[in-house]
Amino acid sequence: MLELIITSTLNGILFGMLLFLMASGLTVIFSMLGVLNFAHASFYMLGAFFGFQISRWVGFWPALFIAPLLAGALGAAVERFGLRRVHRNGHVAELLFTFGLAFAIEEVVQMIWGKSPVDFRIPPSLDFPAFSIFSTNYPAYKMFMLLVSIAIFVGLLVVLKKSRVGLIVQAALTHPHMVAHLGHNVERVFMLVFGVGTALAAVAGVIAGPALVTQSNMAALLGPILFVVVVVGGLGSLPGAFVASLLIGLVQTFAVSMNGSLAGAFGPLSPDYAQSWLSDIWGVTVAQIAPIMPYVLLVLILIFRPMGLLGTRET
Amino acid sequence: MRRWMMLAALLPMLGGVAFAQETVKIGYIDPLSGGGASIGEVGLKTFQFLAEELNTKGGILGKKVEIVPFDNKTNPQESLIQAQKAIDAGVRYITQGNGSSVAGALTDFITKYNDRNPGKEVLYFNYAAVDPVLTNAKCSFWHFRWDANSDIKMEALTNYMKSVPSIKKIYLINQDYSFGESVRSAAKTMLKAKRPDIQIVGDELHPLLKITDFAPYIAKIKASDADTVITGNWGQDFALLLKAAADAGLKVNWYTYYAGGTGGPTAIKQANLNHQVFQIAEGIPNLGYPSADAFERALRAKYNFSLFYPRAVNEMRMFAAAADKAKSLDPVKVAAALEGMEFEVYDGGKGMMRKDDHQFFQPMYIASFGDRTEKEPFDEEKTGWGWKLAAKIDTDQTVLPTTCKMERPS
Repeated sequence: MLELIITSTLNGILFGMLLFLMASGLTVIFSMLGVLNFAHASFYMLGAFFGFQISRWVGFWPALFIAPLLAGALGAAVERFGLRRVHRNGHVAELLFTFGLAFAIEEVVQMIWGKSPVDFRIPPSLDFPAFSIFSTNYPAYKMFMLLVSIAIFVGLLVVLKKSRVGLIVQAALTHPHMVAHLGHNVERVFMLVFGVGTALAAVAGVIAGPALVTQSNMAALLGPILFVVVVVGGLGSLPGAFVASLLIGLVQTFAVSMNGSLAGAFGPLSPDYAQSWLSDIWGVTVAQIAPIMPYVLLVLILIFRPMGLLGTRET
Repeated sequence: MRRWMMLAALLPMLGGVAFAQETVKIGYIDPLSGGGASIGEVGLKTFQFLAEELNTKGGILGKKVEIVPFDNKTNPQESLIQAQKAIDAGVRYITQGNGSSVAGALTDFITKYNDRNPGKEVLYFNYAAVDPVLTNAKCSFWHFRWDANSDIKMEALTNYMKSVPSIKKIYLINQDYSFGESVRSAAKTMLKAKRPDIQIVGDELHPLLKITDFAPYIAKIKASDADTVITGNWGQDFALLLKAAADAGLKVNWYTYYAGGTGGPTAIKQANLNHQVFQIAEGIPNLGYPSADAFERALRAKYNFSLFYPRAVNEMRMFAAAADKAKSLDPVKVAAALEGMEFEVYDGGKGMMRKDDHQFFQPMYIASFGDRTEKEPFDEEKTGWGWKLAAKIDTDQTVLPTTCKMERPS
C-alpha cells in the first residue's frame, strides 16, 4: 500500500508538472493580454513536431532551443498580423479566431508529417533510469521534465514580478495609454508576450513529444485539460496554474490506483436490478472514471469558487 | 430527330460508366488518423499489397481489384458516414477490422441497408474485430469474420497457460469497450474452470486509445505483485503500455492478442522481456511454411513492416475463390459461395468458414517474442528479435459453439 502511495504520488507530480509546462504559456497570455487562446495546445503540438524535425537534423539539444524560437516567432506573427486586427472586434472574434487557428494548424501538421505517430526518441544521454523506489525505475528523462518545469515556473515568476520588463508588461495591461505615453511600444510588448507564451507551449511540446506520443491528434488530446488547469487555478494566475496542475496530476493518478466502486462500498446490487442500467453504474470503479475526474473538478470549482483556487477576478 | 441524336451522344457515356464498373472496389473503413492511425495505415497497405497480388494474376473474374480507403477515426458514428460514402461511390464490398464497437455499428447498418435496398446488397468482410457477439447474438448474413473471435483466442491462451505452473497471480488490463469487456470476462471464467488455484489480483479497464502515459497503471500492476498480465490491448494502447512497463522496469510475463502490432515489438525489446511476451494469432513469420515465407519477403521488400494480418490474406484470397466459384461478383452470390467454404490458409492447414455464424476457423499459433535461432529468419521492427512458436492449435481444436440464428435473404 505504501509502495502504491509513494509511486502514485511521484507519477502524479510528474504528470502535473508536464501539465504546468503547457499551462504556463496559456496563463501568461491570458493574464497579460486577456486572450483565451484556444490554439495554445496547437503550438504545443507544433513544438513537438518542430522538435522532432530539427532533432533529426542537428540533435535533440539544439532542437530544444530552436523549436520554441520558431514556434514563438510564429506565435508573434499570429498576434501581429491576426489577433491584433481581430482584437478590434472584441473577445468573441478573438475566441473564434484562435479556435479556427487550432484546426488550421492541425491540418497543416497532417499535411506535412502525416496522421500517424512519428518516431521521436528520448536523447540517449537521458535514456537511463535515474533512481528506483520499491524496484520501480524512474527514467532520468522524466526527472529532466520535472526540473525544466520548476525552472520555468521560478523564472517566469521572477521576470514578471521583479524585473523591469515584467513591470512594463503588467502596467501595459492595466494602463496601456500611460505606458505608451512613457515611451514604450505597447503593441510590441503584447506581441512579444504572445510570442513568449507560445514558445513556452513549444518547449512543453519538445519535451513531452518523446515521452508521450508525437502525432497530429496530440493537441486535441491535451487541449481540454489545459483549460481545466487554467480555470481551476484561477484565470491568469501563474501560482494558481502551478497548484492546479499538481492537483490534477495527483487526482488523476490516484483515481487510477483506486479500485473502489459503489458495489464495494454498499455491497452487491440486489439481483432484481442485475440486468438494468443501474448495474453498470454500480460496478464501475474509480479507476475507470479517472480520466473524467479533472472535469468533475472543473465543474465543482466553477460552482463553488468561480474565480479559481488562487484567482482574483470573478470572470 | 434531335432527341435521338442526343441519345446517341449519351450512349458512349453509358459505356464509360459500364467501363468504370470493370474494377472491383473494396471500401477499407478504418482509422487513418488519431490513436488508431498507426495500425490503420499498416492495414491499408497490406490490403493494397493483396489487391496487387490478385491483379497480377488477372484480378477477380478478370476485373481489377481496387482498395478505396475511408478514414473512420475509430469512431462508430463516423464509420457509418464513411460507409454511406463508400456505397455512394459504388462500393459493394466493405472491409473493416479495428474496433468491435465500430464493427457492431457497421454490421447493423449494412444489414438494414440490404433490407431496404434489395438488388444493391453490400457485403461486410471483418478482418480483425473479435467481439464474440458479432457471430453470436448479433450475427448477420452479410457479415463474415476471418479473425478468430476473442473467446476462441482466450480458450487457446488459457489452455496453454494452464500447463505453465509458474503462473500464480494474474492481472487483467483491457480497453474499456465491448472487446476489452469480452476479453476480461472470458479470461476470468476460463481461468476459474481450468486453473482455480490462480489468483486474479487486478482487473482494469482503461479508456480506448486516449491514454498517453500508462505509468499509473504500471505502478498498480507492480503493487499487486502479479507475475503475469493478460491484455487484449491493440495499437498504441499496447505499445505505450509496454513502453511504460519498460520505463518502470516491470518484469512480468505478458499474454496478449496483439503484441505484434506497430510499435509493440520495439517496446518489448526496450523492456528487455526476452520470450516473456506471448501472442495468440492465426499466423506469425518464422513458421517455415514456404509460400508464407515468400510472401513475407515480398511484403518486407516493398514496405518497412511485416505481415500482421495473415487473416487479411485469407480474406482476399477467399473472396477471389468465392467469386470464381459463384462465377459472379453479385454480393448475394458471393456470400452464398463463402458459406461453408473450405480453404487452404496462408500459413498452411485447412480453414473453414462456418455456415451457421460466418466465423472462420483456422489453425492458431501461440508464439513468444525474443532472441532468434537459425530456425527463425525474420525479426520485427529491426529489433533483432523475432517470433518463436510456442504451441500450435489445430483447426478442430478451435471450434466453439455459437448461438447465432442466421436470417438468410429469401
